[in-house]
Amino acid sequence: MKFKLKIWRQKNAKAKGQFESFSIENISSDTSFLEMLDILNNRLISEGKEPIAFDHDCREGICGMCSLYINGRAHGPDDDVTTCQLHMRKFRDGDTITIEPWRSAAFPVIRDLAVNRYAFDQILQAGGFVSVNTGGVPDGNAVPIAKPDADEAMDAAACIGCGACVATCKNGSAMLFVAARVSSLAKLPQGRVEATGRAKAMVAKMDELGFGGCTNTQACEAECPKAISISHIARLNREFLCAKLQD
Amino acid sequence: MSNIFCSSIGKKLIMSLSGLFLVIFLLLHVSINVTALFSQNAYNAACRFMDTNILIQVMVPVLALGFAVHILFSLIITVKNQKARPVKYSVSSKTETSSWAAKNMFVIGVIVLCFLGLHLTHFWAKMQLQHFIGGHGEDNPYALVYTLFGEWYYCVLYVVWIAALYFHISHGFWSAFQTLGINNSKWIPRLQIIAKIYAILVALAFISIPLYFILGLGEPPK
Amino acid sequence: MFDNKLQSKIPAGPLAEKWTRHKSDIKVVSPANKRKLEIIVIGTGLGGASAAASLGELGYNVKIFCISDSPRRAHSIAAQGGINAAKNYQNDNDSVYRLFYDTIKGGDYRSREANVYRLAEVSPLIIDQCVAQGVPFAREYGGLLSNRSFGGAQVSRTFYARGQTGQQLLLGAYAALNRQIAEGKVKSYHRHEMLDLVMIDGKAKGIIARNLETGELERHGAHAVVIASGGYGNVFFLSTNAMNSNVSAAIQCYRHGAFFANPCFAQIHPTCIPVHGDQQSKLTLMSESLRNDGRIWVPKKLEDVEKLRKKQLKPSQISEDDRDYYLERRYPAFGNLVPRDVASRAAKERCDAGYGVNETGLAVFLDFSTAIDRLGKKVIAERYGNLFQMYEKITDVNPYEEPMQIYPAIHYTMGGIWVDYNLMTTIPGLYAIGEANFSDHGGNRLGASALMQGLADGYFVLPYTIGDYLSKEIQTPKTDIKDKAFDEAEKQVKEKIDKIFNVKGKQPVDAIHKKLGRVMWEYVGMARNDKGLRKALDLIEEIRREFWSDVLVPGENTEFNQELEKAVRLADFIETGKLMALDALNRRESCGGHFREEMQTEDGETRRDDRNFMYVSAWEYQGEGKDPLLHREPLIYESVRVSTRNYKD
Repeated sequence: MKFKLKIWRQKNAKAKGQFESFSIENISSDTSFLEMLDILNNRLISEGKEPIAFDHDCREGICGMCSLYINGRAHGPDDDVTTCQLHMRKFRDGDTITIEPWRSAAFPVIRDLAVNRYAFDQILQAGGFVSVNTGGVPDGNAVPIAKPDADEAMDAAACIGCGACVATCKNGSAMLFVAARVSSLAKLPQGRVEATGRAKAMVAKMDELGFGGCTNTQACEAECPKAISISHIARLNREFLCAKLQD
Repeated sequence: MSNIFCSSIGKKLIMSLSGLFLVIFLLLHVSINVTALFSQNAYNAACRFMDTNILIQVMVPVLALGFAVHILFSLIITVKNQKARPVKYSVSSKTETSSWAAKNMFVIGVIVLCFLGLHLTHFWAKMQLQHFIGGHGEDNPYALVYTLFGEWYYCVLYVVWIAALYFHISHGFWSAFQTLGINNSKWIPRLQIIAKIYAILVALAFISIPLYFILGLGEPPK
Repeated sequence: MFDNKLQSKIPAGPLAEKWTRHKSDIKVVSPANKRKLEIIVIGTGLGGASAAASLGELGYNVKIFCISDSPRRAHSIAAQGGINAAKNYQNDNDSVYRLFYDTIKGGDYRSREANVYRLAEVSPLIIDQCVAQGVPFAREYGGLLSNRSFGGAQVSRTFYARGQTGQQLLLGAYAALNRQIAEGKVKSYHRHEMLDLVMIDGKAKGIIARNLETGELERHGAHAVVIASGGYGNVFFLSTNAMNSNVSAAIQCYRHGAFFANPCFAQIHPTCIPVHGDQQSKLTLMSESLRNDGRIWVPKKLEDVEKLRKKQLKPSQISEDDRDYYLERRYPAFGNLVPRDVASRAAKERCDAGYGVNETGLAVFLDFSTAIDRLGKKVIAERYGNLFQMYEKITDVNPYEEPMQIYPAIHYTMGGIWVDYNLMTTIPGLYAIGEANFSDHGGNRLGASALMQGLADGYFVLPYTIGDYLSKEIQTPKTDIKDKAFDEAEKQVKEKIDKIFNVKGKQPVDAIHKKLGRVMWEYVGMARNDKGLRKALDLIEEIRREFWSDVLVPGENTEFNQELEKAVRLADFIETGKLMALDALNRRESCGGHFREEMQTEDGETRRDDRNFMYVSAWEYQGEGKDPLLHREPLIYESVRVSTRNYKD
């Protein structure tokens, strides 16, 4: 297969970026999208040019490191996958593929397609934990948890923190990311203890860091590689409003 | 309650509560409108009721406030949301499942607002407003309706307006519940269907009036 | 045999009491003194994150470094199947002793009894800790924790969270870490890579780290340094490890005198998606838990194999009678649940005999049709839905209808930095935990035990043992980063980076790394022999020369430069490759993941040589270009009877 690639190039956070075009040929349809970029990069290096910077790590869809906004969709045209699991068979031979970094005020570009997502860590540091020290905890079976609750907590906990929700939301909102953590802990008795404080602290941090607000467009849910439901956003809203009304 | 309205969710709370309030108002408004389909007398009586009932009189400024708050906060939220993405994508979103209305609530809202201005000058200013400022209201509101909806261009504008209103409600109605947190994975699709049905009913009821008159079914004003 | 430099410091007394006694014997540091002490932790996987969080909670000042953009990306996150713990919740006669025994036996009697017993002993605490943190483990309808069975065990002791157990455990540890970061007890340095260890007066006192975003070299001092940077599987280029997983931190420590133990023990995981082409960047693991319900087979008839390769026949069209369920045939007692090394070699044996089922001849089937008939599609989807989806995304084949194709791939490295019972390396003040050390898995690791070890070390072992060392450091002032040891280390790092840039050759880093990988897989892979290993050593030397004469790294040092990162890591992979080959050559026995073709039984099983090789090989660096020196730590079994591993009956 062959493709025309339009890729965002930006030297560093302060530099002005622009698109650069490349063409690439002889790509097997079984090649993954990132392998296609590897091939391009190795060619660029051999030609004495600078390769394209992009984030990636586990290449099996779980670490959340890869990003890329491909042809108008976060993680590209396939559903429920990250970019590293996207394969070239999802494109047509001869397609033009436009690749942009996640664009959000809270995710500054580091270089080319790599962005800084430290804002997500900061939100979790604000309250995305249960305050227990190591040791001195009760037996794992001391508190039974209804299976549906445990399952729903797991649905939310599947979030890989990739930032596709922010990238795809027209408002650059991080609500699905925040909701996934808040909702997961809110469904478990261990997390309930600090539920009110957690919702308030995490939402406040999210607002402070320059993410937009949720307007319930459901785009995040559609592009989330782990298909996390916006019902968790409803739970976050509920947790937050109930917490605030108690103040 | 401290600072609740400073938070993004707090601002959305205001949008959802004011929105639901306006949704209820629409129901009242359209029920008055449809009396015109029955008879001239019925419509004029309904209008007189609206002009004189004390509860309605009290609610009019509240309604105005509801509009103002809904519009003001939509502006605040939209400005903040725009700032969250200073550099735009060059390829616009191809994400399929989010509805067109959901993505364009602000634009649709502006369309609704523009027509609302027109509508207020044509009807409300000549009717209920007169009672507030001590002027002389329309003696026969039915006649006003009959005349205006006799013009095809006005009917077209009206239908466009109501269509925009339909889209605005079809998203806004369920979205309000989502924001209030009264939702879960089972109820999201249910509320979305209820929102659609509600929006269709209200829109059809509104549109039925100009259709009725443009088709010449109305009684000539007395 | 006895070696003075290797003091394993295993406490005296009966096995079951060693850890308890040891804990009462070692010193502790008072809260007031903890506040004065600094600890550097390298890596934020299960070991690093849990250690940093626990040390922060205790009151130490911790600095934690990760190469990714967030601690949560560490490769522990990719562990799918589960975590073992001797809870005996299933009433199937599990116990600390049984978990200990299974682990020792699974490791083919090449791990320390005392360490493994401690691991089994603290395993139940890990589950309690994770539940308290809000890890959403799978539960039964009654609300209690659910278990599944795993390779190498005859009891159900594996706790899991769908197919994302590693992710959930890491998010638990990461949350605990975040809490300490928020409280200011831990300072997090993301996108930072340790490029050298700094030693003052023979003790580990700090590191030189490169800020990967800006290229700036930074100095960080501490009273102790903990290496939790994972394994070295990426020596093979193609492995199930993440692309950025590397051995550089460990190799820097090795160069400074920390011994590297059992480097030849690398685990080949039997259930990975087969290689499809030479542009492939990594191998994807399909969780071992699939072997619970999946049955592994190849056709009995070579003509069926031919038809499969030509795609004239679908695997589901081959009748039951014409299928060879070779694991069930060879190992009736354990069947498809034999340990990983056994399953991997059995797959290789069938493929070598010509029964490989894809075009490359390097694949076998993992079939769920029996399980779907028995349990229904819904149950299978609930258990493995995400894995099936992942398989289909990658291969375009629906595993509910046709069997999966799998083949072994490098997955985990049992070897690592040599540590004593306290997890301290041969350098005072330098610790190694998790996959980065060698201590608990011997020649082969059982499934669902890596998560257990990482968290055991980080939550429940290191926080105790490090106090013993630090109690002697309470008078030591903060490490001065202006010390000349830091000047020297920084200078050397800078020179190394400049040297790499100045090669200005023709080959991208990946091209050389792939060559190394091919050599390693061919000669130091699933089956090894004397001749091949000697050849590998020559070839690795050649690759080393090629690297230093022909590598091409574009860009500059003072910017975000991913090629430079890879080049620095490759230099260390080459060193590690050599260590692996040397160790494999030295160990003339077959044991666990290390299979020497000269040492096998008539039916192709491993033949250990306990008389000559019942020891840990620990390699000491002797300088650039020189062969390392071998030290031996004898393994003494007091509580278990050493026997031949038998999974047949």
